[in-house]
Amino acid sequence: MVAASSWAARLKAGLARTRAVLGSDVGTLFGRRSIDASLFAELEAALLSADCGVEATSALLEDLRGRVKQQRIEDGVALKAALKQALTERLAPLERGLDTSAHKPCVIVVAGVNGSGKTTSIGKLAKWLQGRNLKVMLAAGDTFRAAAREQLAAWGERNGVAVIGQQGGDPGAVVFDAVGAATARGLDVLIADTAGRLPTQLHLMEEIRKVKRVIAKAMPGAPHETLLVLDGGTGQNAIAQVKAFDAALGLTGLILTKLDGSAKGGVILAIAAARPIPLLFIGVGEGIDDLQPFVARDFAEALVD
Amino acid sequence: MLDNLTARLARIVKTIRGEARLTEANVQEALREVRIALLEADVALPVVKHFIEQVRVAALGQEVIGSLTPGQALVGIVHRELARLMGEANAQLDLAVAPPAVILMAGLQGSGKTTTVGKLAVFLKAQKKKVLVVSCDVYRPAAIEQLKTVAAQAGVEFFSSTSDQNVSDIARQTLAYAKTRYCDVVIVDTAGRLSIDEPMMQEIAALHAQLQPAETLFVVDAMQGQDAVNVARVFSERLPLTGVVLTKLDGDARGGAALSVRHVTGKPIKFAGTGEKLAGLELFHPERMASRILGMGDILSLVEEAHKQVDVEQAQKLADKVRKGKGFDLEDFKQQLQQMNKMGGMASLMDKLPAQLAGQINPAQLQDGRQLARIEGIINSMTKKERAQPEIIKATRKRRIAAGAGVQVQEVNRLLKQFEQMQQMMKMMKGGNLQRMMRNMKGMLPGMR
Repeated sequence: MVAASSWAARLKAGLARTRAVLGSDVGTLFGRRSIDASLFAELEAALLSADCGVEATSALLEDLRGRVKQQRIEDGVALKAALKQALTERLAPLERGLDTSAHKPCVIVVAGVNGSGKTTSIGKLAKWLQGRNLKVMLAAGDTFRAAAREQLAAWGERNGVAVIGQQGGDPGAVVFDAVGAATARGLDVLIADTAGRLPTQLHLMEEIRKVKRVIAKAMPGAPHETLLVLDGGTGQNAIAQVKAFDAALGLTGLILTKLDGSAKGGVILAIAAARPIPLLFIGVGEGIDDLQPFVARDFAEALVD
Repeated sequence: MLDNLTARLARIVKTIRGEARLTEANVQEALREVRIALLEADVALPVVKHFIEQVRVAALGQEVIGSLTPGQALVGIVHRELARLMGEANAQLDLAVAPPAVILMAGLQGSGKTTTVGKLAVFLKAQKKKVLVVSCDVYRPAAIEQLKTVAAQAGVEFFSSTSDQNVSDIARQTLAYAKTRYCDVVIVDTAGRLSIDEPMMQEIAALHAQLQPAETLFVVDAMQGQDAVNVARVFSERLPLTGVVLTKLDGDARGGAALSVRHVTGKPIKFAGTGEKLAGLELFHPERMASRILGMGDILSLVEEAHKQVDVEQAQKLADKVRKGKGFDLEDFKQQLQQMNKMGGMASLMDKLPAQLAGQINPAQLQDGRQLARIEGIINSMTKKERAQPEIIKATRKRRIAAGAGVQVQEVNRLLKQFEQMQQMMKMMKGGNLQRMMRNMKGMLPGMR
């Protein structure tokens, strides 16, 4: 396991760009300035540019104005602390750790739109679980996209993890086999990859529901976790994605990827308001260790520091 | 969010009715609504500001002509400015160089580069170009393997590279090979990269210098948020881009990124990608994109797509029958279902309809291709005579058809009823009332009652 201080540093480094926007801009704003309308206008611009969305941004600023009045906040430094607090409170309900110990194997299904980073996240997740001395297997449920199975196999090889898959064929069949194999080998966790799909492709949404049903048949009570992978660079459509996948599958958690670029991932604030589904992990780098559990306070702090 | 914008603009129309001239006062609130709508459509904040200013300048003092309300006049201005900002006409690929003409692809991870390479290959192949594709993605596992499969699907030549090779070696070998094979076009796929990843940005800049591409296309995910503006700026600073490809437009994202990217790079958006099938690449039309954002639908694209995918001769035959108002039989019905399938199924068609129209259709009732296959099965179980004269199908025939297709008799009944309604629609089409026809489509498509 990575030491606490080092992962906090990594999270900060990963969110460095976010900080550069919400930090330096906002940081200079805060300074010793008195609190006036223009300060709030600039704060609004910074939050909107971080993909927080119109609604969540105005709700947050409303909240902040209330705090200013109530706590008689008069300078920028205190305002910053209040903003941090308001952000943390809004994000805290999304905080939840991943616990796989209740089931053996614990079956995790991973879904998402095309190019959101499902397969890469699965590789990192497998590594993270291995770091906790858990035995992991991967199921290549993306039987559609060219070479998706090979991509997962390459990850599996790097992790020393078995990958169950077949070319073409039905994703349900692959996953069914994998559940059987994982049970037979007494493994701790099975992670099933699925093909990328847009929520507007109704037949593909129907297909992934079927994958879930097949898993339940292979192992009653499974899947134990149904995770949606979101690209951190996605704008307000991320809310629609969460709603649509939740309606189709009943999500238990989210993974927010690609936060090492200049994207801010502020849409999570909007998601927290619209459809609060726990955010289990954030992807903050390309390395295999760069998947970190989401901690609301750290995220909020990285945003405003 | 498309519906959102439409609804918002509809509200604006209501709020500023009955004034003869657009003034600072009466457009103020309307512009605030436009701003919110654009932000919700993921247009980047600086671009929104710039755009609102343009609209304000264009709108002020504008006379409200004839029967238009001030609101309608403003919506017209918003639409016009939106289209103008995204570029006036669609820009074609410029491959007029000594062959092989190189197309270099660039973009973030997961933006859709490799799929777009396949689509471009199909697009160029249809223009009788000899296409070679190669992958310079030596980083992501199985990326080269993916392109190889895509190339096979597209039916174009694939130049083998391996992940232990140096990117510039791959480029050099590919060019040499393309010359010996007299290829017209070489499409070079690259690894996805973050704009802040300095070594990777250097790599692609060097690759560009080496390849001297005729086209350097920046691939952008239509779902991308505010960051599109930053990413596009860095890419266009480091690479002399010649155009943009907007991908995943078949989703329900409003594609505000299109505006942002166009604004920052100043380069035309040349293509729009929809769906995972390799035929899913359209020329980008700013006019239509503006309409789509404003919820006016994309009827023109729909017509064009229909033209491309549908067998013209068959359609002509069908049109003749329709014109006569009779003779539209089950065989034609079947062919129509097949053509509909070719056009990407119902969901893809609905996407192009105006929001008000699409809103009337419950998406949950839109069925997938399998439903169409069942209907085809039922029709296939009929004799030629039955297909031509469905009215002769009575109880005994129904039982036989149901058994033949492996379905319940009720399903045969349902199909016959749908067909009857379809026939009525055909008669209506004679009158050319598209609006009414669309409204009536609801009851006629498989699975919709």
